Amino acid sequence: MRLRDVLGFAAQALSGHRTRTWLTLLAVGLGSAAVVLLSALGEGARVYVQDQFAQLGTHLLIVLPGRNETTGGPPPLLGATARDLTLDDALAMGRARGVVRLAPLAVGSAPVAAGGLEREVNILGTTADFLAVRHLSMGQGDFLPAGDPSRGRGVAVLGKTLAKELFGNRQAVGEWVRIGQRRFRVIGILASSGQSLGDTLDDLAIIPVASAQALFNSPGLFRVVVETRDRETLRSAEAAVKDIVRARHEGEDDVTVITQDAMLATFDKILRALTLAVAGIAAISLAVAGVLIMNVMLVSVAQRTSEVGLLKALGAAQGQVAALFLAEALLLSAAGTLAGLALAVTVVAGFNAIYSSFQLVIPTWAPLAAAGVSLGAGVVFGLTPALRAARLDPVHALSGR
Amino acid sequence: MIVLAGIERHFLVGDQTVAALHGIDLSLTEGEYAAVMGPSGSGKSTLLNILGLLDRPDAGTYRLGGLETTGLGEERRAALRRQRIGFIFQSFHLIPRLSAAENVELPLTLAGMAPRERKERVAEVLASMGLSARARHRPDQLSGGQRQRVAIARATVTAPDLILADEPTGNLDRASGEEVIRALEALNARGLTLILVTHDPQIGARARRRIRMDDGAIVEDLCA
Repeated sequence: MRLRDVLGFAAQALSGHRTRTWLTLLAVGLGSAAVVLLSALGEGARVYVQDQFAQLGTHLLIVLPGRNETTGGPPPLLGATARDLTLDDALAMGRARGVVRLAPLAVGSAPVAAGGLEREVNILGTTADFLAVRHLSMGQGDFLPAGDPSRGRGVAVLGKTLAKELFGNRQAVGEWVRIGQRRFRVIGILASSGQSLGDTLDDLAIIPVASAQALFNSPGLFRVVVETRDRETLRSAEAAVKDIVRARHEGEDDVTVITQDAMLATFDKILRALTLAVAGIAAISLAVAGVLIMNVMLVSVAQRTSEVGLLKALGAAQGQVAALFLAEALLLSAAGTLAGLALAVTVVAGFNAIYSSFQLVIPTWAPLAAAGVSLGAGVVFGLTPALRAARLDPVHALSGR
Repeated sequence: MIVLAGIERHFLVGDQTVAALHGIDLSLTEGEYAAVMGPSGSGKSTLLNILGLLDRPDAGTYRLGGLETTGLGEERRAALRRQRIGFIFQSFHLIPRLSAAENVELPLTLAGMAPRERKERVAEVLASMGLSARARHRPDQLSGGQRQRVAIARATVTAPDLILADEPTGNLDRASGEEVIRALEALNARGLTLILVTHDPQIGARARRRIRMDDGAIVEDLCA
């Protein structure tokens, strides 16, 4: 018997009992749509996080003072206190091979006052390169001037919210603010940075790193953000930075270096696992749809017993009878999957047209997995009814018993 | 063409074995027209099922066209049914969702014949049954006589040499029954072997050979 004829016969048989066929298609369709939609949600989240990191720059090293270690035990011969990470350390890192630019960060909190208003905000001490390292842009005026970072000038750049709070709609650039006990001239306002991994730059003041160190009376840096030439040089630059710090700290490895890559990889891993988990749960619903297919096919075999007898009398071999009923089960799962995939693609397209900030992304494997599970269920659950039909005794089947 | 020797067929009813056929010896030559008659439960249908390779005897041999069939596997028996035997049933056994033409086409489809060739053969056979105008009708749109003629078309479309009819007029009024019998006799006139199981003595009387059964055995075998 030809494959086309097998499929044609099966399709005709399915159209013979419409309601049952539609309900089964609905179950299979919803199952496969769920697999695709849920994995599109997970994949969308992964791509979203990746984009957020890309905004920060994907080839960044973050150098923190101190090191994760277990202290205590026998008293060491030398003091174990971690050294501060100093501005000079940071400037020395700039000479490492593969490093394009870096920004030392000194962070603290202080009241910022202008006119009669005062607001307690985070103060960020850094250098001119911070703008490029963090991919920020200016709303008004200029960022910190380049020049000797160890000289603390009295200039400040304000975040958008802070500027609005202190000056309202008045021009802020060129005005004076008091931060702690010192006076700074406002030279620029940051453009709104939006949220970047939950950390806003809108409500802070940025001043030269040396001024911040003086303000907080501490030579230590909060961290140093190092940008390397590209992702490939990340590893070698990390080693170079560590070597420099070790040399400057008398052989002590007392900084921790985090690569943006490592953080990204961790998020990636978590979100991938999450996506697979939800897709797996959805796949269970597809398998349940397979049980429905089996039920429908068993009813079909029972109702069409005399037809099976006739097919055998007309010379259909057992294999042919089994193939005809298996083809029905497979048609159900294939048509259901196609409808489900179409539904999923439509929903994703609709969602993406409405929400621009978060996009659903259908991973390539999702429709393949949905089709695989659904067809697999079709075969597995279609086999029993098909074999039952094939094994019917023709004499009994013809008499309808 | 057909040689049955020492055919036995038992059924287990509850814990009792009932002999449906007992010591059947029968031979038919090619082109013969035989009617099998007898009361209900006399084993007529069982005999027909064995002749049609739908059932296997418990003992004895059945040679069809010189081929011993009792030892054949299910696949070979299915192939023989497909190539050599046409069945006609009392209740027609047309598939309700298929049109008359599609029902007639089914044996050819099962045999894997190319669609164009199938259509030609179907059109020919339907025309010979006077059903060309009804080709697209579904069985529920046809009269009983028409349905049985569609079934005859289906039985003959594969050009078999043996036609087995089990009470072909049982569900028909006299006029339609007459039509159906004539169609079957026309096939026999073309050289096909025709074996007919019937209750109706008038129909049985038309056959050249009349086989009377009772209690699983042949009690009378008359040649006209």
